[in-house]
Amino acid sequence: MIALFFRDLKLSVRAGGGTMIGVLFFMTVVAVVPFGVGPDLNLLSRIGPAMLWIGALLASLLGLDRLFQAEREDGSLDLLLMQETPLLMTVFVKCAAHWAATGLPLVIASPLLGLFMNMNELAIGATMLTLLAGTPAITFIGAVGAAVAVALPRGGLLVSILVLPLAIPVLIFGVSAVYAAIEDPAPFLPPFMILMAITLFFAVIGPVAAAAALRHSAD
Amino acid sequence: MRLLAEGLSARRGEDLIFNDISFALGAGDALVVTGPNGSGKSTLLRVLAGLLQAESGRLRIEGGPAEFAHPHELSHYLGHRNAMKRELTVRENLSFWQRFMGDSPGGSGVDIDAAAEAVGLAGITHLPFGYLSAGQQRRMAMAKLLVAYRPIWLLDEPTAALDAGADRLFAALVTAHLERGGIIIAATHQPLGLGSTQSLQMKGFTH
Repeated sequence: MIALFFRDLKLSVRAGGGTMIGVLFFMTVVAVVPFGVGPDLNLLSRIGPAMLWIGALLASLLGLDRLFQAEREDGSLDLLLMQETPLLMTVFVKCAAHWAATGLPLVIASPLLGLFMNMNELAIGATMLTLLAGTPAITFIGAVGAAVAVALPRGGLLVSILVLPLAIPVLIFGVSAVYAAIEDPAPFLPPFMILMAITLFFAVIGPVAAAAALRHSAD
Repeated sequence: MRLLAEGLSARRGEDLIFNDISFALGAGDALVVTGPNGSGKSTLLRVLAGLLQAESGRLRIEGGPAEFAHPHELSHYLGHRNAMKRELTVRENLSFWQRFMGDSPGGSGVDIDAAAEAVGLAGITHLPFGYLSAGQQRRMAMAKLLVAYRPIWLLDEPTAALDAGADRLFAALVTAHLERGGIIIAATHQPLGLGSTQSLQMKGFTH
């Protein structure tokens, strides 16, 4: 299992893997916002957290379709399915590796992009924390979409469309937790706890559903 | 240990691909599956590997380790595709499969250098898998059979893209595996160069 984690990590860092593409896309989306909205610093700092979250959501959807498709194309998926280790553990470890390779760099890049959006330290910190808690949920939800679309030759867009509605709650509670942290009357903890609950819920449901979909995709 | 198949049949879409196939293989036995294209050789192997649901029939192990529910957990499957990553080096690929698969009870895999030696490609394990030629890639996929021990080998067209030398080399690997008490089921057009084997002629259904 550890071997699988490090293999997937190596693959995504090496030779056109998802890591750099995700981060670059994230930076592109966030960097064009000030040009589009205009140099109104107050407005930028107000919409900043939401923009970072939207950028991170779209960037983490970007490489998801390759999660199982790449394995299927070279025949590795057959061998992963045959092993004695429960498939749902395999899926979980693949998701964890995918998040470490594509989700974690987004979290790390977010403070820098927060500066673009004229956000203060508290807002940047809160955004980082909520991204750290929320992006794993996107990966686990995305794994289900990726498993369903594994046999489709151009499943990329389909995966995003399948996954996006389920990822909307993550976005809502992530952004509202950040606003709760920077605007005084609203309490920070309730939306943040719900965000954590969503992540934990999908960490269980996602691998189970993805494993079931992979079992039935066999041809 | 014996591998028993009783009345297997499989379906692709509406059509039955094959019907009522039974065989029994003991330790050291090989079964060569032959037949024209589309007669269901690959489908049979995928059913044996647990990758396709059989329409009817049973597949079981007799006298094997008790904790294994289905024979595919004791099997290697070498399909049309090599299951190796082009971006990783040969060594990284093989060591991943070695660690991920682990050994079945009753044997142990050889180390990576010995496996590369056995397929005649020692000394190029540091190259990315994608740099190798088609034949070399196929040989390295065979080295995967050696790094983790599995008593049953399911081989689908194992010698496609191989030259005559590699054919002989592969026959030697297969013979060595059988002598250790392994079981081999191979779908092939070419003779594998094995001595005494059972054979199964797939006819396919005519429409």
